[in-house]
Amino acid sequence: MTLWLAFALMTAAAIFAVLWPLGRRTANAGGSDIAVYRDQLDEIARDRATGLIGEAEAEAAKVEVSRRLIAAADVAEADKTVAGASPLWRRRATALAGLVLLPIGATAIYLTLGSPQLPGQPLAERRAAAVQPQDRSIQELIGRVEAHLEQNPNDARGYEVIAPVYLRLGRFDDAVNARRKLLALSGETASRQADLGEALSAASNGVITVEAKTAFERALVLDANDLKAKFFVGVAAEQDGDKPKAAAIWTGMLKDAPADAPWAPMVRESLARLGVVSTPPIAGTAGPSAADVAAANTMSEQDRADMIRGMVARLADKLKEDGSDLEGWQRLLRAYMVMGDRDKATAAAGDARKALASDPEKLRQIGELIKSMGLEG
Amino acid sequence: MIPELGHYALVLALALGIVQALVPLVGSLRGDAALMRLAGSTALMQFVFVALSFVALTACYVTSDFSVANVFENSHSMMPLIYKFTSVWGNHEGSMLLWVLILAAFGAAVAAFGGNLPATLKANVLAVQSWIACSFYLFILLTSNPFLRLAPAPFEGKDLNPILQDIGLAVHPPLLYLGYVGFSISFSFAIAALIEGRIDAAWARWVRPWTLAAWMFLTVGIAMGSYWAYYELGWGGYWFWDPVENASLMPWIAGTALLHSAVVMEKRNALKIWTVLLAILAFSLSLIGTFLVRSGVLTSVHTFASDPSRGVFILMILIFFIGGGLALFAWRAPMLKQGGLFAPVSREGALVFNNLFLTTACLTVFVGTLYPLALEAITGEKISVGAPFFNLTFGPLFIPLLFAMPFGPLLAWKRGDVLGVAQRLMAAFAIGLVAIAVTFVAMGVTSVLAPFGIGLAFYVMAGSLVDLVEHTGVFRLPLATVRARTFGLPRSVWGTALAHFGMAVTLLGIVTASTWGEERIVALKQGQSTSLSGYDMSFDGMTQRAGPNFRETVAKFTARSGGVAVGLMEPSKRSFGARQSTTSEAALLTRGFSQLYMSLGDVNEDGSVAVRLYFKPLVLLIWLGSLVMALGGLLSLSDRRLRVGAPKPAKKASKPSSTLQPAE
Repeated sequence: MTLWLAFALMTAAAIFAVLWPLGRRTANAGGSDIAVYRDQLDEIARDRATGLIGEAEAEAAKVEVSRRLIAAADVAEADKTVAGASPLWRRRATALAGLVLLPIGATAIYLTLGSPQLPGQPLAERRAAAVQPQDRSIQELIGRVEAHLEQNPNDARGYEVIAPVYLRLGRFDDAVNARRKLLALSGETASRQADLGEALSAASNGVITVEAKTAFERALVLDANDLKAKFFVGVAAEQDGDKPKAAAIWTGMLKDAPADAPWAPMVRESLARLGVVSTPPIAGTAGPSAADVAAANTMSEQDRADMIRGMVARLADKLKEDGSDLEGWQRLLRAYMVMGDRDKATAAAGDARKALASDPEKLRQIGELIKSMGLEG
Repeated sequence: MIPELGHYALVLALALGIVQALVPLVGSLRGDAALMRLAGSTALMQFVFVALSFVALTACYVTSDFSVANVFENSHSMMPLIYKFTSVWGNHEGSMLLWVLILAAFGAAVAAFGGNLPATLKANVLAVQSWIACSFYLFILLTSNPFLRLAPAPFEGKDLNPILQDIGLAVHPPLLYLGYVGFSISFSFAIAALIEGRIDAAWARWVRPWTLAAWMFLTVGIAMGSYWAYYELGWGGYWFWDPVENASLMPWIAGTALLHSAVVMEKRNALKIWTVLLAILAFSLSLIGTFLVRSGVLTSVHTFASDPSRGVFILMILIFFIGGGLALFAWRAPMLKQGGLFAPVSREGALVFNNLFLTTACLTVFVGTLYPLALEAITGEKISVGAPFFNLTFGPLFIPLLFAMPFGPLLAWKRGDVLGVAQRLMAAFAIGLVAIAVTFVAMGVTSVLAPFGIGLAFYVMAGSLVDLVEHTGVFRLPLATVRARTFGLPRSVWGTALAHFGMAVTLLGIVTASTWGEERIVALKQGQSTSLSGYDMSFDGMTQRAGPNFRETVAKFTARSGGVAVGLMEPSKRSFGARQSTTSEAALLTRGFSQLYMSLGDVNEDGSVAVRLYFKPLVLLIWLGSLVMALGGLLSLSDRRLRVGAPKPAKKASKPSSTLQPAE
């Protein structure tokens, strides 16, 4: 409502700018070249007086400028007879155009291009709004723990409490720092190393960086059966493209696990992803890491949609750089269709055809998929 | 709400722009004062709306509103506040918004301060200005809209390109755009004059301040851009004859010619056709510069062809304004009344010489920039035209120009005396020759041409001082007269001398830095040291530091001269998480006007670090000279006096009229 009120005020201001000069009766004449030449003559007199130019030069300049002045005065005289006043009908027509066409035109353009239904979403406001009532107490808690840690920077328990909270809230860098502190303060254990690795990979968008991998491997040295470390080493293998190794690790985990282990579904899902044959579920469209999926489970509906969009965007970017990846294109097209974004899917179909044009086999396959989605034409 | 307000404000600016493009034109044709008056109020209101739109986008950046696609693409919530501001114009869409903001600001300035303009001229100028504005509003709204939204909004942005996360970005583009867009006013005045079919000394008086202001901004803008490239790109070079740089150099050259030509027109009512043509060319080249940088045609002709919507749109704008402007010029220019007469050897003649050489130099840059693009488009062959081409074409054109530079201001209007001027320049010649001799003695015959370059620079510097000496009468008049003359001297005379002096300072910097600069690439381990041009650099070790949104690896060096430590140098590499990219930050150590320059290469496995070291003698003079030039412009701009060129009267005995020529 406020938005439309603001639009109305702005439009009124614009119309005012058109109507105001039409309404005024007095015509301000504006300057003329005659004034300039008069000033030039004065300037010559001044220059002569200060001795900047000689008598002879001043005379010659005066003659020249006077000639121009006379010519300009003649033209002005001729103009005066030609210049007519402003007939009322012409002003009325202009006013009417300003009053009617201007708002209609502006509104028509804006409605085709703009998105008046979307509110602005400054980040600070969104963060504040995202804090649910029960979360508000979490924020308070975090504040208290942080204050406590500031006073007692060597209190390991404080870091232990706050690290998982940071991770959950998406403050990954803080989580990494807390995990590091904890390791330094209370010594190394397998699970602490694995937690550090998890935070590190979350901080780099789910990519198992060298640093994270080192942490997981260190954890396995300390305890060969650490589940988290095992799982993520599998993810690392998958990201390195070593699918058999990843599959072997995960299958091993499931074999040794009790059937109702809470983490088993996640491992199975990861395995299914490796299988490739089955159509991947939505969350799998852009090949998210297990950490992403894990994170997705704890997210709200809104955040999850954001994350998926982000992953699809990443995939699209990657394909823009290297368009030869047939599987990638297939995933991207499916993802757009699932998200209901037909326009983007059609555009991507065109891009895919272009990118794969050099390889007839791939072109055929992508063509089939496009046809099966009904994106032709 | 804020992004939508900005969007709607831009649409309203377009609507007002269309009114302003049509109604005042009708008014001036029919002599209707009310319709002509409309131009002023709509120009002011247009500016208000564009400013509102720009403020809205800025607000979106500052508050990290990622529901705006443009903010999501080019910002990050962790960026320092200053870069949240600068990233508004650190991307295509935002920079185009800045472009129209400046355009509208100039239009509003004409409306607000153009009270002394004749009503018809003002109406026509503002109408033409609005034609330009409308085409760019449409371009922004239809192909590069910064207000497009994302739903749902992402929680984090993709970050600004790390190379652009630098204070240079805060200064360089706005200055450059002020220059580019400033020439739009000269263009509008030229087109308005052609429409009216009348152009005279008064016209030139009204255009002068706008042209001068635009030229000043462009000068500083190019210099800042060059310095930014010098310290940020890590190659130690300050000018690469890169198409993007050439795109800004061409309007500058045309603008410089325009500036000089407009002076002749204001003072002597001559060179009318030159002035109008140069006004059209200066802005056309600004548009071409915008097109080259913005259409993607530079990255590759093929990327341009695969996503042509933007490029084709700008191309249409180009064809409309350049083609239309030149066509109007071809049609109407012959009808302009002939101006004053002058002898070939005269101040006017010297400025024609200046125009000829500047436009030719501009043409060589134009060919060198566009030929490779044309060739790639037609045959698919990729060639690059670089420094060798420009050194062989552009350089030789500038040498006679610089040589003639001190002559110009000393020649009399209408008919001059070369020998007399040469006599008065004796001191300058002598200083130049001494500079050549000293350079040969001090530096040996390593480079044959460079000492002559130095000599030329000193000769021009001395020559611009001779001009001041002549005007004030130092050394030949009594002290009291000299004092009176010095204080009575128009600021524009100081401005001319200063600008010419600055040009020579820049030349001096270019010659020394490119001739006697030294370069070394070494791999150093901790504790080792290397030396260059009398400086010893010892490698003290590496450290890690964290910035607000990057981590950097810093190598610490101590520079010593003759065993005494003169400074620390800390070149670094920054890695930015959000874009997964790194930038190299060079370390600069200033010694007088010279600089030591160090940039970091790869870290090898054995712990050694590759470093590039440069010694750039007098390199700072390049940019200081540009600042002096701009200062000269500012002095001249601040001089509100009218300019009259008093002609040298003919001697009664001679028959001067037979040697006089028409201006065009």
